[in-house]
Amino acid sequence: MFAYTMRRLLMLIPVLIGMTLITFSIVHLIPGNPAQVILGETATAEAMQNLEESMGLNEPYAVQYFIYVQDLLQGDLGTSLRSKAEIAKEIWPYIAATFELTFFAMLFAIFIGVNAGIISAWKQNSWFDFLAMLFALIGVSMPVFWLALMEQWIFAQELSWFPATGRQDNRDPMEPITYFFVIDSILHMDFTRVITTLKHLVLPSIALGTIPMAIIARMTRSSMLEVMKSDYIRTVKAKGSGQFLVIYKHALKNAFIPVLTVIGLQTGVLLGGAILTETIFSWPGIGSYVYQAINYRDYPVIQSGILVVAFIFVIINLVVDLMYKFIDPRISY
Amino acid sequence: MNVEKKEKTSDPLEENSSQSRYMNDDEDVKPFSPWKDAFKQLRRNRFAVAGFIIIVFFILLGIFAPLLTPYPYDNVNLADRLVAPSSEYWLGTDDAGRDILTRIAYGARISLMVGFFAVTGALVFGTLLGVIAGYYGRWIDMLISRIFDILLAFPSILLAIAIVAIIGPSLENALIAIAIINIPIFGRLVRSRVISLREEEYIMAARAQGMKNGRILIHHILPNSVAPIIVQSTLSFGTAILEAAALGFLGLGAEPPDPEWGAMLAEARGFIQLAPWTLIAPGVSIMLVVLGFNLIGDGLRDALDPKMKN
Repeated sequence: MFAYTMRRLLMLIPVLIGMTLITFSIVHLIPGNPAQVILGETATAEAMQNLEESMGLNEPYAVQYFIYVQDLLQGDLGTSLRSKAEIAKEIWPYIAATFELTFFAMLFAIFIGVNAGIISAWKQNSWFDFLAMLFALIGVSMPVFWLALMEQWIFAQELSWFPATGRQDNRDPMEPITYFFVIDSILHMDFTRVITTLKHLVLPSIALGTIPMAIIARMTRSSMLEVMKSDYIRTVKAKGSGQFLVIYKHALKNAFIPVLTVIGLQTGVLLGGAILTETIFSWPGIGSYVYQAINYRDYPVIQSGILVVAFIFVIINLVVDLMYKFIDPRISY
Repeated sequence: MNVEKKEKTSDPLEENSSQSRYMNDDEDVKPFSPWKDAFKQLRRNRFAVAGFIIIVFFILLGIFAPLLTPYPYDNVNLADRLVAPSSEYWLGTDDAGRDILTRIAYGARISLMVGFFAVTGALVFGTLLGVIAGYYGRWIDMLISRIFDILLAFPSILLAIAIVAIIGPSLENALIAIAIINIPIFGRLVRSRVISLREEEYIMAARAQGMKNGRILIHHILPNSVAPIIVQSTLSFGTAILEAAALGFLGLGAEPPDPEWGAMLAEARGFIQLAPWTLIAPGVSIMLVVLGFNLIGDGLRDALDPKMKN
């Protein structure tokens, strides 16, 4: 286990170097002079020169990359061209917003997906199985942004059950503590606010969670079907255990390993995929942060935003990989 | 357990082939062909057939787009803006008075083309890199595998956005970005396939006969890797279309007035309450096309991969 963990950590090094190379190149691969692109057509020569100096654009590439990595290692993610603030300082609320959304989306996806998959496998070839799998197939094929728009139209505008945008009521903002608004509103002991915060989470979580829900449901079903055929399940049944116990206690334990992989991978995918959901629901997460930066040609923010998301993604994948071995000691590498 | 499974899955095959041999007793004995068997199975799979029908429908829609309606796709007609679906405009009109059905049909061309070229690009480069990495091994495998790792270290849509942010937003660039993010998927698939095939006895036999690497690759290894590549291509076709629509929606792909479905959704966003039909048609089209490819892909996997047969 230790040797495997070490090897897996060492393999991370070239990936991290590659990632920084890619984000570093974002500025330098833009056709034309980066300073010109950032400042626009009408920039004066003086302004361009100032920017080049402040961003270190007139050094050789190797030196620039070296400085870039050195800054990153010291936790310096650069300075936003738009807000003039240090990115490392202003990025946390955005990350927290995305984490909160991802967490609730995955909660929704796992709860519905795993249970739908189990029931489908249990009642194989029943009408429930057929409908659930058809629904899952449609879910996998659904454009997230379209689902989000439809939700907004039906549940926010036509029925007004849930708010259409944002994380909280903007007329009555809360004093943030951790920037996880559900936790913050609990810390403030303000329970009407807990409800409002949760209400804001419903539509974006469902939109973001639909694809992973469908994938998890399909994975759970096929994995359960496989396990249900095995000898030990027959033994448990012969022993006289009830259906429920057989499925939830004995079968699920083994069927869950491949499902867990999917859950891990999907969590990472969601962090990146959140950009679409966040744009539509005006959710102030890391996705909106990067998307706005693209519109304003705020290249330091684009670079650091993408790097941060990719870094989190890599870490999640690492944790998933290490967890396999922990959960299923039969796996050997 | 594994042995048992293999026995089980090979049963129907044996049955099939012995049956056909038995039935064709007086005629020539037809050799058993796994491709024919797969095709037969695919035809029996109702989901796959449904997927096939959906895709053919959209291909025809794209081909006959100019004949379908009397309107050009970019005809601005402010007198008829936001008209609800009617006998004149089957799917209604958008905020510039353009017929939505016409735009959906032309959009089918764009989406299918983007899917086709992005997948072909990813397929060609991915296969090439995967074969080189898997067959030659050593440092070149190390290098290529690490590049794949790095590309896969980014959530795919984010990497596509990063690439478009570098090369500038346009339909062609979105296509290039989607091709690039799909390269490692094909590359890894082919690499692992090649590695497992490389040690097979018939490859060793070919080498013992004095065959050159290139010939072994083209005549023995690639044909045996075709099945998983076909399955992956079909599934990637769907994701590529979805990714292109997402980029179009974010304003990083096709630009208006191009009738790309994602871009159409972005334009229609403001009229959600006033004219919901402007949003429904493009969304349903994207979903159906992607669903079609997923259905075919799933069917192909069941038909071509004997391990998945049940």
